[in-house]
Amino acid sequence: MKSIVSVFARDRKGIIAYVTSLLAEKDINVLDISQTLMQEYFAMIMLVDLADCPLSFDELSQYLQERGEERGLAIHIQRQDIFDAMHRI
Amino acid sequence: MSYLLNSEDILQTIRMIDQQHLDVRTITMGLSLFDCADPDLSVCCSKIYEKICRRAGHLVETGKQIEREFGIPIVNQRISVSPIAMIAGSSRADSYVPAAEAMDRAAKEVGVNFIGGFSALVQKGATASDEILMRSIPEALSSTERVCASLNIGSTKAGINMDAVAEAGRIIKQTAALTAAADGLGCSKLVIFCNAVEDNPFMAGAFHGPGEPECVINVGVSGPGVVHSALQECQGQSFDVVAETIKRTAFKVTRMGQLVAQEASRRLGVPFGIVDLSLAPTPAVGDSVARILEAMGLETCGAHGTTAALALLNDAVKKGGIMASSHVGGLSGAFIPVSEDEGMIAAARSGRLSLEKLEAMTCVCSVGLDMIAVPGDTSAETLSAIIADEAAIGMINNKTTACRLIPAPGKTVGDTVHIGGLFGDAPVMAVNPASSDAFIRRGGRIPAPIHSLRN
Repeated sequence: MKSIVSVFARDRKGIIAYVTSLLAEKDINVLDISQTLMQEYFAMIMLVDLADCPLSFDELSQYLQERGEERGLAIHIQRQDIFDAMHRI
Repeated sequence: MSYLLNSEDILQTIRMIDQQHLDVRTITMGLSLFDCADPDLSVCCSKIYEKICRRAGHLVETGKQIEREFGIPIVNQRISVSPIAMIAGSSRADSYVPAAEAMDRAAKEVGVNFIGGFSALVQKGATASDEILMRSIPEALSSTERVCASLNIGSTKAGINMDAVAEAGRIIKQTAALTAAADGLGCSKLVIFCNAVEDNPFMAGAFHGPGEPECVINVGVSGPGVVHSALQECQGQSFDVVAETIKRTAFKVTRMGQLVAQEASRRLGVPFGIVDLSLAPTPAVGDSVARILEAMGLETCGAHGTTAALALLNDAVKKGGIMASSHVGGLSGAFIPVSEDEGMIAAARSGRLSLEKLEAMTCVCSVGLDMIAVPGDTSAETLSAIIADEAAIGMINNKTTACRLIPAPGKTVGDTVHIGGLFGDAPVMAVNPASSDAFIRRGGRIPAPIHSLRN
């Protein structure tokens, strides 16, 4: 299943490294990354593939959220379908 | 920017959800209870309880699961059932309150916050069971927590049943009296319709019409905050731009609703019915239909121009939404419930939004005079006359109209009725003090209107 991981935080060094290591740990492949800065806030959007991830969607969601909070990052995961539905005809 | 990811679109969706109150307002399971009829009402009630628990047992969990996976809030899961007057009618009971209590128990068991369908369709006349149901409404609404009741007292094809209109006024008064300790809370669970629809997912007026399938999933979307926010981008521009902006926004909101509806339908193994394209406000700041009208350039909702603004909004929401969903139905229009809309509350409190203006607004939107608190000493006849006016608008214009009026015991103009929760707070609005008693006492039917020579 393809999903979108979004990360919001105050910009600093090492955010991408930290988040991608969390994903790699759970056997999640990153298909695409995009990042922007909004004032001093960092927003990163990643398209990921959960095909090999051993966790259920709920477990993964909770894992990312908890590990994100440890570093002051808001990490959310949502199924890609919602964005496709809203923005593509 | 790659072809896989459009981060601007994704951020827009996240902003809509996080900051602009975008949500799916309700996933409503429509459920037929026709196989629950029994000569013994207590057996009928057991069947009702059992069937609701069996069919809707996974409804709430499924909604929560979709919410977690898609990251889109799903505010309510609800159930609508066949009009109880048709189900309980084969029993010899002289009160249907036990059926309401069975619905209430089942709603609590499966975890839905409202269940609709304690209803009767009496647009042309009432059967013996319709009469019993109507007499049971005040006690049913005061003795249960989650049950919603509705009556259809008129239609474009049948005219208006003025006997039922007179009865509705008395039912509202009795319900208010029985729930006086809670400011007449029971009345917020009672809707009096003209041209009621059979597939409405929104409470309190939802029931599962006799023409509906065994079980169906209907979804109500929302998003006044998203539309309001989009309009901030087109300040000072022409109505062409305003209409286009609302259409685009409504399209996106509805696509999200359609996705959730299909997903819920698939997971529950229940056919998808319709998406209801309604802008349903909540008392939260930033989730108000009134504020959208004001964003079009009105100082306050209720100012001259409000009806035109609402007409544009309502039409643009439908035009934008219609292509986004395979089946559109329900009420589909902007709701203007006073107590449930922060901007409406403010406008009513400032004295710039009157009952008469609200009545005019209902000519161009769904649904009607909704969640309006009136003085506690308003007579049953005056309530009936307000209902008759609203029903006439629906009957003549071939649209659904409804009344949800709360004659709050002991309250008068200037007071506030605290209904709480999703229902919000309602400032008590003035009604015309002149008597309509003799008009309502006539009874009989107002004939169905002619459909040519339309002026």
